[in-house]
Formats: sequence, C-alpha cells, structure tokens
Amino acid sequence: MLIPVIIGVTFIVYSIMFFTPGDPALIILGENAPEEQVEKLREEMGLNDPFIIQYLRFLKNALKGDFGRSYSTRKPVFNEVFSRFPATLKLSTAGLLLAVAIGIPIGIISATRQYSLLDSITMVLALLGVSMPNFWLGLMLILLFSVRLGLLPSGGDVGFASLILPAITLGTGVAAIITRMTRSSMLEVIRQDYIRTARAKGVAERRVINKHALKNALIPVVTVIGLQFGYLLGGAVLTETVFSWPGVGRLMVEAIKQKDTPVVLASVIFMSVVFSIVNLLVDILYAFLDPRIKSQYR
Amino acid sequence: MSSSVTTEKDTNLKSQAGKKRSQWGEVWRRLKKNHMAMIGLIIMIILILLAVFANQIADYEEVAIKQNTANRLQGPSRENWLGTDNFGRDIFARIIHGGRISLMVGVVAVGIAVLIGGTLGAIAGFYGGRVDNLIMRAMDIFLAIPSILLAIAIVTALGANLFNLMLAIGISSIPGYARIVRASVLTVKDQEFIEAARAIGASDFRIITKHIIPNALAPVIVQGTLGVATAILSTAGLSFIGLGVPKPRPEWGSMLSDGRTYLWEASHITTFPGLAIVITILALNLLGDGLRDALDPRLKQ
Repeated sequence: MLIPVIIGVTFIVYSIMFFTPGDPALIILGENAPEEQVEKLREEMGLNDPFIIQYLRFLKNALKGDFGRSYSTRKPVFNEVFSRFPATLKLSTAGLLLAVAIGIPIGIISATRQYSLLDSITMVLALLGVSMPNFWLGLMLILLFSVRLGLLPSGGDVGFASLILPAITLGTGVAAIITRMTRSSMLEVIRQDYIRTARAKGVAERRVINKHALKNALIPVVTVIGLQFGYLLGGAVLTETVFSWPGVGRLMVEAIKQKDTPVVLASVIFMSVVFSIVNLLVDILYAFLDPRIKSQYR
Repeated sequence: MSSSVTTEKDTNLKSQAGKKRSQWGEVWRRLKKNHMAMIGLIIMIILILLAVFANQIADYEEVAIKQNTANRLQGPSRENWLGTDNFGRDIFARIIHGGRISLMVGVVAVGIAVLIGGTLGAIAGFYGGRVDNLIMRAMDIFLAIPSILLAIAIVTALGANLFNLMLAIGISSIPGYARIVRASVLTVKDQEFIEAARAIGASDFRIITKHIIPNALAPVIVQGTLGVATAILSTAGLSFIGLGVPKPRPEWGSMLSDGRTYLWEASHITTFPGLAIVITILALNLLGDGLRDALDPRLKQ
C-alpha cells in the first residue's frame, strides 16, 4: 500500500503545483530576459511538453532522488530539503515525546479518578490545549520566557535550551488530544468484565490498572499518536516560523515567499512520505499490541 | 426512523415529518441540559452577531482600515478597548471585522468539504465494490498529505485570496467527511426500511437523498461543527505565513503575524487576536462535543 500511496501523493501535489502562475523559465532568468533565451530554457526544461509527460519525467527523476533545482539558489532541491530534515525531526520528536509523557499518565490518573477535582481541571486544560493555535501559544511563550523573564532563547537552533519552547508549542495540542483519548479509552476498558474479575480476585488496584487495563486502553491511543504525527509535521511549519527553527517547514515558507515551486513541491512530498512511513509503523505496532488484528502490510 | 412504509405517499410523508420534528426536539432538549454546550452556543451566537453587525459597531474603512500613525501602539484605553496596532488602527474593530472572515471561511470551507466529501462517501458506501474501492483509495492518498500542507500547496498554486483560501481548506478536509458519511451509510444501508423503500420501487437517488442521508446526518453535524473550528485554525495559520487574505483586510492570523515584530514593546497586538481565536475555537469545541452527546446518547456514558 505504501508505494501506490506515495505515487498518488506525488501526482496530487505535482498537479496542484503545476497550476502555479508564473513561467519557471522567467523566474529563473528574471523578468527582463530576452525572448529567445527564455524559449530556449523552456525547451531545455521540457516546459513545453504536455502535463502528463512532465509529470512522468518528474516521477522518474524523483525516484532517483532528483527533485530538480531550486529556482533561487540553483542547488539540488532534494539536498536542501534533506539537510533541513534533522531539525524538523528533532522538533517533532521532542514535541511528541513531551505530549506522550504528559498525556498518557495524566489521562490514566484522570480516568481512575473520574469526576474528581483533578479530573475536571485536566479536562478544562485539555480543552484549552486543543483550542489554542500553536503559533499563538509559541508567541505567548516567547513573550513570557524570553521577553519578560529572559530565561530562554526566542529562536534558532542553539542547543537544548532553544528546543524547550518550540517543543512545548508543538506538543501542547497533541498532549491535550492524547490526554483526552487515554482518559476515554481507559474509562471504557475499566468498565469491562475482565477488569471486574481481576478486582474480584483481589488483585491490587495498581496492578489492575498497570497490568490489565493499560495495554488494552493504549491500543486506540497508539493510533491517535500516529495520526498526530501528521499534525505535528504540519504544525511544525508554523512553529518553525515562529521560532526561526531551521527545519523543512521554514524552508517551505521561505520558498513560498520566493515562488520557489520545486522546493515547495519537494517539501510537501517529503513530509507526506515521512507521514506515510510513520503510519505504516503504527499499523505494525498496532498489530503487535493487539494480536487480533493482523497487519495488512505483512 | 420510520421503518413502516405505507403505499399512500401522503400519510407516509406526514408521519415522517412529525417524527422528524420530535426527534430534533429531543436532541435540543438534551443539548439544553448540557451547560458547557450551551455556553459554547451562546458564545457562538454572540460572535456571529458581532460579525454580522461589524459595520454598525465599527466602521470598516474609518476604524479598521484607515491608518492613524499618531495613535500607534497604544495600550487598551476607553477609546480603543483593546489598544491600537502599529498603524494606529483599533484592534477591537479589526478583531470584529476579522471574525467575519474567519467565520465565513470556516463555514464555507466545511460546506465545500461536506458537499464533496459527503457525496463521495455516500456513493462509495451505497454502491460498494469497485466504486467504493476507487473512491476510498483516492481518499487514502489525500489523507497521506497532512491537511495543512495540502492547503498550503493549493493556496500557493492558486494565489492568496479569500476564495482560494476557502477552497484550499475545504478540499483538504474532504477525506474526513467522505469516511464519516461512508461509515454511516454502511450502517443504515442494509436495514429493513431501506429494503422496504427499494421494494416499493424507489430509485437509488431517492433512497440516498430521502432515507440514507437523513440517517447519516448526525455524525456529519458533529464533525462539521468541530470542522469549522479546525478550518478557522487553518485559516489563521495560513494567514500567519502570508497565505491568507491580502492586506490591509483584517484577519486574525495576519494580525498575529504583524504583532510579532512588536512583541517587545506592544504585546497586546499579538495577545488579543489570539484570544479571539481561542474563544471561538473553544466555543465550537464545546458545542461540537455537546452535539455529539445530544445526537447520540449511547456514546455518552
């Protein structure tokens, strides 16, 4: 399934970007380039060919890792995007780890004490968390920790301290979603008969939760975490913009401003491929957590 | 759901209409009991009224657009409730006028998504087999592209304006609705009242529009309400990176982006539009969750 999906993704994104107004040859050569020179470059780049020929050529080259050259820097696009990827991966992973580290334990505690004060506070905070645009949260964190308190750097990738605010920015929404999901999934599992049986046998409550309930409750949570990774990659575009984080998202935003279509195209495809691979891994993990589900990817 | 089908069309329609009214009355009664949902609904009504009467509250050209540099970067005061921005424009007025755009984009984008996604999902679910496979595999491919990135690609290609923004956000949320509608169509499709309708010779079109869609509506309403929230967030996000409505038209995301430069000296420019977004999204989330509970009480406990 992975390969057709990726080919489909390249087709959709390529077709969309194909409509971008502006003649690439003109963008490269500048507005005042002589007519015959522009025409020559158009011919060289194959811009006069029909759409489907251009797409197939793009796909053929893309499979070899060649996404063309950036209009503005003239460097190979793939290298540009790939060199920015570690920064985005670092940020997304930090955001996700933070979200999991906060969301799962709080979701469990909240579920075991349903309707308590702690549960209510958690639910209100989780609701706020999903209602907040992450880039605004980022700006507010900068305002508090960088401008007012001067504790943390407001931008760039300069060591661990500079990772804290972007990770919180990116992770908060996901943490809220994971918390809600863990809580509701846990509540559902706790009500089941086998949990009652375990309790009736006299198994300690802590063991009932950790040993019996948790594994089943986590199955839907894992799916949500996988899906959220796509959200993290998307959200990274905005978070990276706020914090001048040198990742793929910021590269893409800069490319949009310079009408550098190949870079935008490659960035979107690259992020989608990463997302698809993560989803595949989640499916495999899913089958491992729940043996009843046979992975369709085997 | 009327599972009894009489041959006389009139009585059938009448009883169905009566049933429908009481069904929605029941939903409203349950919704009213949910305090959080009612708070969300009231906030939404206020926001919609503010957006509708924005011109009466603060003149667009004079207060929200016209620059008055002598009065720039002022904090909140009696004249300017939420202060002024870097061009001396009243932030409260700009937030209200920005709300028009946000709500409009949210509603229209979800409308586009429900219409296209819903149709595709209904066709896929109803006909099944190869059609279903074809549509849903195409949706899988769309789902593989993180939706904000898809929206970014579309706006980049078509150009940044209000219409393209709605189109981009709408298109990028199509797969979700296709899946939801397909799933609900699958659950009602094989029930007896559909079989009965088919037995008396109703056409596919009639069965889909008269019998299947009304029964698949509940999850779409819930998802649509939450979807407006997501669409508003996406709008703000796209505007924030310069892919929203062209300036000087006020939009929440672009206001945030403008305010960034003045975070040090005048943080209120950034704080208030963000709060407007949070309040709107919060209200929609409360309402959406409430609607889910009211429309499908089984899900609640």
